[in-house]
Amino acid sequence: MTTNGAGGIWVVAEQVAGRINSVSYELLNKAQQLKNQLQKPEPVVAVILGKGAEGLEQLSNYGAEEIITVFAEELEIYQNDLYVAVLQALIEEKKPSIVLIGATAIGQDLAPMLGARLKTGVAAHCVDVRINENNQMVAVVPAFGGKVLGDILCPNTSPQMATLKPGVLGKPVPLEKPAAVVTAFDPSAVLQEDQGRIKALEIVREEQTGVPLEEAEVIVAGGWGIGSRENWDLVEELARLLGGAVGCTRPVVDEQWVQSEQQMIGTSGKSVRPKVYLAFGISGATHHLCGMKDSGLVISVNKDATAPIFEASDVRIVGDARTILTALIKRIKG
Amino acid sequence: MSLNITVCIKPVPDPDYYDKITIDPVKKTITRAGIPTIINPVDKNAVEAALQVKEKLGGKVVVITMAPPNAEENLRELLAMGADEAVLLTDRAFAGADTLATSYALAAGLKKSGPFDLVFTGTESADGATSQVPAQLAEWLDIPHLWNVQEFEVEDHTLKAKMSMENGYINYLVQMPALLAVKRSINKPRYTTVMGVMKAKKKPLTVLTAADLDVEPERLGLQGSPTKAGDIFTPSLARKGQQLTGETEEIVEQLIQVLRGAGLNLESLNVNEAGRE
Ligand SMILES: Cc1cc2nc3c(=O)[nH]c(=O)nc-3n(C[C@H](O)[C@H](O)[C@H](O)COP(=O)(O)OP(=O)(O)OC[C@H]3O[C@@H](n4cnc5c(N)ncnc54)[C@H](O)[C@@H]3O)c2cc1C
Ligand SMILES: Nc1ncnc2c1ncn2[C@@H]1O[C@H](COP(=O)(O)O)[C@@H](O)[C@H]1O
Repeated sequence: MTTNGAGGIWVVAEQVAGRINSVSYELLNKAQQLKNQLQKPEPVVAVILGKGAEGLEQLSNYGAEEIITVFAEELEIYQNDLYVAVLQALIEEKKPSIVLIGATAIGQDLAPMLGARLKTGVAAHCVDVRINENNQMVAVVPAFGGKVLGDILCPNTSPQMATLKPGVLGKPVPLEKPAAVVTAFDPSAVLQEDQGRIKALEIVREEQTGVPLEEAEVIVAGGWGIGSRENWDLVEELARLLGGAVGCTRPVVDEQWVQSEQQMIGTSGKSVRPKVYLAFGISGATHHLCGMKDSGLVISVNKDATAPIFEASDVRIVGDARTILTALIKRIKG
Repeated sequence: MSLNITVCIKPVPDPDYYDKITIDPVKKTITRAGIPTIINPVDKNAVEAALQVKEKLGGKVVVITMAPPNAEENLRELLAMGADEAVLLTDRAFAGADTLATSYALAAGLKKSGPFDLVFTGTESADGATSQVPAQLAEWLDIPHLWNVQEFEVEDHTLKAKMSMENGYINYLVQMPALLAVKRSINKPRYTTVMGVMKAKKKPLTVLTAADLDVEPERLGLQGSPTKAGDIFTPSLARKGQQLTGETEEIVEQLIQVLRGAGLNLESLNVNEAGRE
């Protein structure tokens, strides 16, 4: 048994350039669910590090009952040694029983480092977490590109930690609840111990163009079967016509038919759940399916009738991707 | 400058076969019979990064893995690719290790196999894909690290490196010794030459067991793992599908109906977008 005392279910909220990452809200919603599954409810706490952050009340809206802010000049840009030292100090002082972290680039770096410091277990990029009959957290972890899911527990050490991929929990919903209590933690003592082995110089944001995959109701996705950079324009055009986002598989990133690897869907890409997912020339490798399986209607076009994508589709078209794309675009344009 | 560079590599079941993996419903074990073992793909990028540093600045590249005995074959392949030495950590005591216990054993192996200025890993392994070993290894070694590195440069005993993240990156300065977990887009791993394969036969490959390492036995393997595995299952992704058939025009007409049925208002989208209808 891990849980003792008041504990707490903590969410490490992520901010980049002062803006809170929406995975934080997804985790807070989940933390509220965990709270209800615990034998004795524990408070849901959001911890946020940085120089400052806009819209702290949003953390409260999505489930935080308490917000611990750790704001300092040195914490403006993510720097793993400083962030982990602060979190370690906080966790050792307040002893939460559960710590949830987004499996973003930052979270995937921070969580295992923190786990090593605290000598506790971290379940990596889980697709879900729940509390079992023994009052322990069970994390559902994908392996082999999502082909296998396994339950991971951390029964003997505390806190129980997990990272969860943005998007896997679904759209966060605001909750009706009183405003969170905000307390500030002064990190200066911890920061003074900085050995200066790493120094963050600058953060560079790349502006996204088009509809973000996470928010799109329609995704037009293409794979290696699209065949060429020229044909890829058809995927982009259909997405534009449908007011949707453009998604892709890994070979498309490698071929640089898309500008940014942020368009990639799957195990090492995004997890999406649009109302309609159109897949053109995608074979349906488990690495890809794992990122789009929660989509509403799945329509796929592939010239190979035995392609695995068909098994995971509601509407199947055996045919040439370019031909169907061209005809569909023409038909929509009228 | 002559640098000691160590690269952590992991043999994994070939990811191209993951669709074929099944679970024995009774024993609840993963059946991966017939699936070849290869070097975790991104670990070759890590080796390539190391070889490029060595070519530029001089030094030695050691590849290390904690794996079953037959991993010797994978290590030989990397010696053929250009690594100078290989170390295989293999022992029953390492079995069942989670990331904390894996990185603990690896750290002990690294310390044992000599001094290092730079350690490279991949960002994640294809099978478990936790991406947690690099950060935890750096913690056990008490050196700084960066994960998800897309670019780096060595200047004296300092690294200038770029950590890639969603929609951007962060630039860092890191003091060596340090560990970098590199992304697959960082480089293109070189091919092995026949000459390389010949040379590899004479390069040293050391096998170490738990007894050779300075370790606390209770931190190894299953025993040293704070996480415990429970039930395993394969999620079913099957949908009851309908196939659209006919001439292209007929298919497209049906598709339009399907899209309308899903709530898409094609006419209005069209007008908004094209602005010319
Ligand atoms: C560690 C790891 C992580 C990975 N992560 C991801 C990930 O996050 N996302 C991801 O997508 N992949 C990922 N992959 C890669 C993944 O395993 C597959 O290789 C990839 O998804 C295949 O992409 P694809 O379907 O476009 O290409 P292919 O598998 O080559 O399939 C192309 C398909 O197009 C069809 N086709 C060919 N020509 C035509 C035509 N004219 N018209 C119609 N159809 C046609 C073919 O029949 C085939 O089914 C990962 C791999 C590894 C090892
Ligand atoms: N058993 C191992 N032996 C050597 N290196 C490993 C081992 N496991 C993981 N690694 C390294 O850590 C990286 C990330 O792996 P993982 O944390 O398992 O996703 C891999 O790309 C390897 O470089």
